[in-house]
Amino acid sequence: MAKVVVASKALKPFDPAQAAKVIESQTRDHGGLISILEEIQLHYGYLPEGALRLVAEKTGRDLVDVYGVATFYRFFSLKPRGEHQISCCLGTACHVRGGALLAEEFQRQLGVKPGENTPDGKFSLETVACLGACALGPIVVGDGHYYSNVNSSRVKAIIQETLEGLKRKDPAADESLFPLTLHCPHCNHGLLDPDTPVDRQPSVRLLLAHQGRQGFLHLSRLYGSHGHSTQVEVPAGEVTDLYCPHCQALLNAPDDCPACGAARVALLLAGGGVFQVCSRRGCLEQTLDLDGRSF
Amino acid sequence: MAAFKLNGLVVEAEKGDTILDVARFYGFPIPTLCHMEGLSPYGACRLCVVEIGEGPQARLVTSCTYPIQEGLVVRTASERVVKARKMILELLLASCPQSKTIQDLAAAHEVRRQRFKQEYEDCILCGLCTRMCEEQMMAKAIGFRARGERRTIGTPFDLRSEECRLCGGCIYVCPACQLRCTYTQPEKAICGGCANLSPPCVEKEQFHDMMCYMDPCVACEITKEK
Ligand code: SF4
Ligand code: SF4
Ligand code: FES
Ligand code: FES
Repeated sequence: MAKVVVASKALKPFDPAQAAKVIESQTRDHGGLISILEEIQLHYGYLPEGALRLVAEKTGRDLVDVYGVATFYRFFSLKPRGEHQISCCLGTACHVRGGALLAEEFQRQLGVKPGENTPDGKFSLETVACLGACALGPIVVGDGHYYSNVNSSRVKAIIQETLEGLKRKDPAADESLFPLTLHCPHCNHGLLDPDTPVDRQPSVRLLLAHQGRQGFLHLSRLYGSHGHSTQVEVPAGEVTDLYCPHCQALLNAPDDCPACGAARVALLLAGGGVFQVCSRRGCLEQTLDLDGRSF
Repeated sequence: MAAFKLNGLVVEAEKGDTILDVARFYGFPIPTLCHMEGLSPYGACRLCVVEIGEGPQARLVTSCTYPIQEGLVVRTASERVVKARKMILELLLASCPQSKTIQDLAAAHEVRRQRFKQEYEDCILCGLCTRMCEEQMMAKAIGFRARGERRTIGTPFDLRSEECRLCGGCIYVCPACQLRCTYTQPEKAICGGCANLSPPCVEKEQFHDMMCYMDPCVACEITKEK
């Protein structure tokens, strides 16, 4: 089995005065608070009142300041959100292409206003101002999956697909899921991306190319979960090319998917082992190879 | 010490002083709204603008936050300054016409018209109350929440704050509400500076028209009906 070599980082020698300066500037600029809040929101899906009070207490900040930051960013929610999230883009580009009508249609079909949850707790609806994919607008995001050029006739299907989540398992309820730490087999760079959580965990970020279009693919790091989000919409059943976002190497494994015959992607596991997943959208084939033992 | 030019006069002042401090010391009036002695400068209202620099480099800055420098050229009442000041007052009138402070300032600067959409904000986000609460009352019970259009002042979670000691300092400094409310016991008003002849909340039905964001009100302790 391939051995994982941990890339040696050139460590800077410890300098107490320098460290004190960093800490001081962090404290002065309210640094660190946002990452703490992000962490909490990742865990609970929102920021509970008790948690904010605890953050204030533990970090020695005033509750007013913590609350001010938590309410400042749209990313943070102080109310529990629905199980599934649908966001409609109302940025300028999406707006002129009918984003507002779409948002209305979602409101009508879900029976809630933006910022609200459905009474059964299944969905929360939000409007956002530009997701950075204006050329493909109007954009709708269902649980991290981007739908482009959406029109009203697709609203129903998007709601349904988000609800089913492409046969996704519920990571919170399923004990058989466990997190993997993955590296590129070519350049050994870590692939985890804490900025784009999937299944409330840092996701595995890969570059995806499909019919001349490119974008990031974020896979769930939970083994057995098929959660993912992507910037490129790929129809189910299509085969994609996946690359390392650091060294741009094609990640194909030597042998093809035993289930559907498409190329498979191989990634290194921290601590030794290989994780393989099929490159066909919708194919659920995954294998984990730890020191020659397959699972 | 740094020497600089103030309205054509060469003056000297301590480095770190703001233009506002020095101008007031030399007797040049500059109107302010969000500035208050004893509170840190904040620069929210822009009313204290002055012009610095010369020729094409000349620009407007807020004198309450701008520290003086050697060789600075400052004009506190140039045509551009006066025009900007009037416009700011006109905009303030558009958002909060019921404020006695803003009315007085507008009158003093001969603002005779208001051409914008009329609103009746109960807060102009000047930040006086939050600074008062933090810096003088050492409470830090209230602060800014959210941002942009949705920005408001209040306590975390809109709950009565444990830090607030009901000193009334925030209401006392607020240019928007100025403690109009004394409910049924005017003699127990916290500052006595009530601008109205009859407090607007004497009739409880009118209570929701009040601007005081403290809920329940520190003076009368009635909770607003939402
Ligand atoms: S009344 Fe409460 S909120 Fe207002 S200044 Fe005093 S302590 Fe702060
Ligand atoms: S409540 Fe009054 S003092 Fe506080 S920011 Fe608003 S206008 Fe200024
Ligand atoms: S406006 Fe919708 S993605 Fe930019
Ligand atoms: S007094 Fe200077 S900006 Fe308000």
